[in-house]
Amino acid sequence: MQPVRVIGLGNRLRGDDAVGLHVARSLRGRVGRQVEVIEGVAGSLDLLEWIEGARQVILIDAARSGQPAGTIHRFDASTAGIGACLFPSSTHALNVVDILELGRALGRLPPQVIVYGIEAVDLRDGEALSPAVAGAVEQVAAQVLRDLEDMTHA
Amino acid sequence: MPGKKPKTRTIAVDLVARVEGEGALRLTVQNGEVRDVELKIFEPPRFFEAFLQGRHYEEVPDLVARICGICPVAYQMSAVHALEQIFGTRVEGPIRDLRRLLYCGEWIESHTLHVYMLHAPDFLGYDSAIAMAKDHPDLVSRGLRIKKAGNRLMTLLGGRSVHPVSVRVGGFSRVPLRRDLDALHEDLLWARDAAVETVRWVAGFEFPDLVQDYTFVALTPSDDYPFNEGPVASSRGLHIPSCEFEAHFVEAQVPHSTALHCTLNGASYLVGPVARVNLNDDRLSPLAREAFAGTGLSLPIRNPFHAIVARAVEILYAIEEALRLIERYDPPSSPSVPVTVQAGTGTACTEAPRGILYHRYVVDEQGLVREATIIPPTSQNQRRIEDDLRAYAPRVLSLPDKQAALSCERVIRCYDPCISCAAHFLRLDVTHL
Repeated sequence: MQPVRVIGLGNRLRGDDAVGLHVARSLRGRVGRQVEVIEGVAGSLDLLEWIEGARQVILIDAARSGQPAGTIHRFDASTAGIGACLFPSSTHALNVVDILELGRALGRLPPQVIVYGIEAVDLRDGEALSPAVAGAVEQVAAQVLRDLEDMTHA
Repeated sequence: MPGKKPKTRTIAVDLVARVEGEGALRLTVQNGEVRDVELKIFEPPRFFEAFLQGRHYEEVPDLVARICGICPVAYQMSAVHALEQIFGTRVEGPIRDLRRLLYCGEWIESHTLHVYMLHAPDFLGYDSAIAMAKDHPDLVSRGLRIKKAGNRLMTLLGGRSVHPVSVRVGGFSRVPLRRDLDALHEDLLWARDAAVETVRWVAGFEFPDLVQDYTFVALTPSDDYPFNEGPVASSRGLHIPSCEFEAHFVEAQVPHSTALHCTLNGASYLVGPVARVNLNDDRLSPLAREAFAGTGLSLPIRNPFHAIVARAVEILYAIEEALRLIERYDPPSSPSVPVTVQAGTGTACTEAPRGILYHRYVVDEQGLVREATIIPPTSQNQRRIEDDLRAYAPRVLSLPDKQAALSCERVIRCYDPCISCAAHFLRLDVTHL
């Protein structure tokens, strides 16, 4: 059976940008054996390879839409693109939405793609998350676990 | 608004999408003439140079790999060569070959990303690779597959595909087995053919006619096409070892940018694929030379838009070179040579995908870094980009602002500026006085 993948994206050295990585890390050991957890660099086209061959993918990345820090956005990108410009391009060529759309154009998206964006506030150099963002990590992790449960039952 | 043009008009176009990193460009125009061109770079004040101070030399390769997500190998290579110069460490034979091989992986990845995903859309009339992929999925898939061959080299030698972790002063923390490298052979053979096609493809694009009188600067080793070593040479007769780099190439603060501008004899110069091909064409691999000859371009390349062709030729070179190095690989008895720590100053230049990357370190007798200086290729090309824009902008001034700005972006994109190394935001402002 094709695997389910949970992929956290971010840059560990750029403050809140790393929030997706924190969520992925907190999920290690808490997901079923058929679920692969990946901590990846944001903006890398490697994402296309990480999602390829999976039947379901859950992505978690930092978002910047002007909402309060720690706000959680959830999108189903399975059949249509995420229109909103929520994800920072920061120092990378392509953001997560661009890469998903590239995958869609090439027919390489898994059947189900869920994207979480967590509002980041501080992207300066450093390894610490700001408090509101750190507070969202466990909430998102719990929601991802519920998603995985729903997927199993679907 | 006929006859009632506002005195000053500023438009801003986001350039973030397809330039690695961020920065800003301001063009000032008066009576149809370009008065001033300023490429603004907002650099976190030399964060890494300060960050490296007090660190043990063994930490340096992993720390500098974090400066750039696209060219981490270049940062690691310039760092280890500079530090090895201080310690008198000589790295030869298969370990030297593996370093070249790792560099091949980075060039394949970085150049393919730029040619296919960032630059080709400009020539085919798309605003992004996504739009291009909808009409040309096979082309984009070909690019992704070539890039993947580079990824596999990076993952095998570097431990992972981004921010490699196996590079150390004296060699590597581990080296691959013969059979690990043999497993890449088939992918690379496919990629070689695809790279030949790539050169043919990009050479068929229509290029704006912009010929410039450049000073080309590249490493020029006597036997190989340059990656890790060689004297720094220019097309105007300069020929120096890397330790004299700072005596000739001067970094200076300019008012409009927090990044430093680098000049040679007070003028701009060009580093990167075009400069390398122009100064090292006789050291290209056989297929790469043949493919270049087939493009009909003549040397020296003096049109910045032809950089995409030079980059494609270098993808082919890096693949052929990788195949050659894998063919002759005989694993070393030890992954690294012993290092004797001593105080001193060391310098090195290597050829990052975007051009010469200079590092200088001062280390004390404990092996702690006292001083670090890093001059990335993009800050060397900045002045050159401004000069190209000064020459190019007049011909786009009659276009509506948005079109003019997009045309200028295309000039900037020819340089594949990795502004994340040197800056954090890139926008284009055109001010009509």
